[in-house]
Amino acid sequence: MRTIVIEPEYEAWRIAARGLLEQRASPDQVLWTDDPQEVSMFIGEDAAAKKPAAEAIKVPSAFMDMAKSAAAHTDAKRWALLYRVLWRMTLGGERHLLSLATDREVRQMQDWCKAVGRDIHKMHAFVRFRLVSVDAVTGREQFVAWFEPDHRIVRLAAPFFEKRFAGMDWSILTPYACAHWNGKRLHFTAGVPRSSAPDEDALDDLWRTYYRNIFNPARVKISAMQSEMPKKYWKNLPEAPLIAELIAGSAGRVQGMLETEERPAKPAPNNAYLKSLHDMNRNETHQSTEESDKSCEM
Amino acid sequence: MDITRKLEILADAAKYDASCASSGAARKDSRGSTGVGSTGGSGICHSYTPDGRCVSLLKVLMTNACLYDCHYCINRRSSNVTRARFTPDEVVQLTLDFYKRNYIEGLFLSSGIIRSADHTMELVIEIARKLREEHHFRGYIHLKTIPEASQALIALAGRYADRISINVELPTQQGLNTLAPEKNLARTEEAMGHIRGKIDERYAEKRKPDAPKPQPFATGQSTQMLVGADASTDATILGCADKLYTAHRLRRVYYSAFSPIPEPSSILPLKAPPLIREHRLYQADWLLRFYDFKVEEIASAAAPNLDLALDPKLSWALRNRETFPVDINKAAREMLLRIPGLGVRNVERIVSARRYTQLRLADLIRLRLQMKKLLPFIITADYHPAKVGLDSASLRARFLPPPEQLELNFDAPPKPAASDFLSVRSGEL
Repeated sequence: MRTIVIEPEYEAWRIAARGLLEQRASPDQVLWTDDPQEVSMFIGEDAAAKKPAAEAIKVPSAFMDMAKSAAAHTDAKRWALLYRVLWRMTLGGERHLLSLATDREVRQMQDWCKAVGRDIHKMHAFVRFRLVSVDAVTGREQFVAWFEPDHRIVRLAAPFFEKRFAGMDWSILTPYACAHWNGKRLHFTAGVPRSSAPDEDALDDLWRTYYRNIFNPARVKISAMQSEMPKKYWKNLPEAPLIAELIAGSAGRVQGMLETEERPAKPAPNNAYLKSLHDMNRNETHQSTEESDKSCEM
Repeated sequence: MDITRKLEILADAAKYDASCASSGAARKDSRGSTGVGSTGGSGICHSYTPDGRCVSLLKVLMTNACLYDCHYCINRRSSNVTRARFTPDEVVQLTLDFYKRNYIEGLFLSSGIIRSADHTMELVIEIARKLREEHHFRGYIHLKTIPEASQALIALAGRYADRISINVELPTQQGLNTLAPEKNLARTEEAMGHIRGKIDERYAEKRKPDAPKPQPFATGQSTQMLVGADASTDATILGCADKLYTAHRLRRVYYSAFSPIPEPSSILPLKAPPLIREHRLYQADWLLRFYDFKVEEIASAAAPNLDLALDPKLSWALRNRETFPVDINKAAREMLLRIPGLGVRNVERIVSARRYTQLRLADLIRLRLQMKKLLPFIITADYHPAKVGLDSASLRARFLPPPEQLELNFDAPPKPAASDFLSVRSGEL
């Protein structure tokens, strides 16, 4: 039995997995762990490692893409399962394995990918940048954001921000890793506590004004909101504190609308354009009297 | 009037436009520029309000002053709503400030019609021009256009925008004559045809290898229809949508259930249709676009309105029981798509898996399909539904929600069908 310590990053797993595959190591002979502490218990067992096989083993790129994504998941079993699937697809002879969404292990991998993909998508959506300063030399605005992802996605999610916010300097801080952009280079540092990021931005009030007014109290669908914006994100969203009061006030506002006296139609103002429209409409109605119910359906 | 007050009025005035899509744009980003912005991926919803709608774009009117008198609209000239108007720089600054904080994907700009169609379009276009040319903004821009505006102005709007749209509002001219006397269906369609021509040109030119770079133009157009403001049936509404999809190749038709507004009109008394009707129309719309259904199969002259209690695919299956059961291991892809409870993605999974293995019930359970819905309609390697079950009249009753649950559904729509996930993923609906 050999133990492989994986820095919780895809690249480390890939290198280790390739080596194991070349040595034709069966998945049952390998223990994978994220925790360097565990390794001392197994030290010395690597001595039995076989020599690499001569021929290279081909791995479908679709698998590598999935593995990269699944690797960002926090499930401790991912390294072992990824290696097992890799082994089955290559030495195990099941080259078509990824076509089988009905396979338990493939399905598990897909679930991890889906969770990671969703986490990345939500990070792209719910990061909120706060303006902290303007660089005196370059004149570039500098923004800092705080986000708490479920999985280890900062490296996967960061290129999106680089493309989108190239014209400003920014840092996205999270508890386990941080991403930084200065207009030239994207780089990563270790995680920081929540207190390292600002809580507010001067624009948050205006944003809340927008959020309050784009809400339609006549169609409350709370579960639809929560399925896409679960409560766990609310604490870092400047608009979320409004949700309770908007819901509480909606019934009264609709009642007010229903009790409002109906407004009569006002006569058309003296406007040349409006007159021309009315003339056009009259003529067209006149021409199409034959087709009594002219509809877009026809 | 300060910017906060203007934003209150002009966001409130814009919220009845359901469209918030930010997907389907050409790929562009801010690398190598001093600006910000990117488009081209799937749309992103940056927030959700308690009405369940996604907040993707800064959706505002340039002004809510309006010459028109559309009786379903809070901004019609007969309404006593407070009027406001943004300066171009105010909209530009709001868009950039919101964008840099990652509140939004971009701007959805519409306007009440002031002085004339061309005058209004010019003002709207100037805002988009400033964003693109002066601030190198590469985020998403959706511009509402006016059918009566000149073709040159619509071309210019399309040059700056990722998406342009004209709202049909109602599917018949008769309905418009009563409720929106300034609007005309034929002119709207003419303008949509023109826009389609520009979009087609853009893609056609793109295909020639040595052709000069095509004039930039929006990648798609969309529209919105109000549901429940006039007497139009679902068959009429879907017929109109289908025509717009085929004749003018619209990206999306949005259905917006008419809801009470603060300034009710004496011509259109307040009577909101159930929100579930809007939901069923979206499901039917998905069947038309992704499942190869025809309008007549979903809503016919004999039964012009959708069943509010059951989703339209299940309704169709119950009306066409002789078509089922379908063998999961043998049926053509088109037939798999017609099985209630099977979405596009799971059909693909089944098609790819069955090349290597005979699918059994356990496999379908592992795909986490809605087994209760599926079972009466399918055959697997180890399962055949009892004939009597499929033919029995009680099959419909089996799928009906208990009566009290139906009541609840108006607030919380039924669990989404697989087809709904597409819309959720694309950030639309």
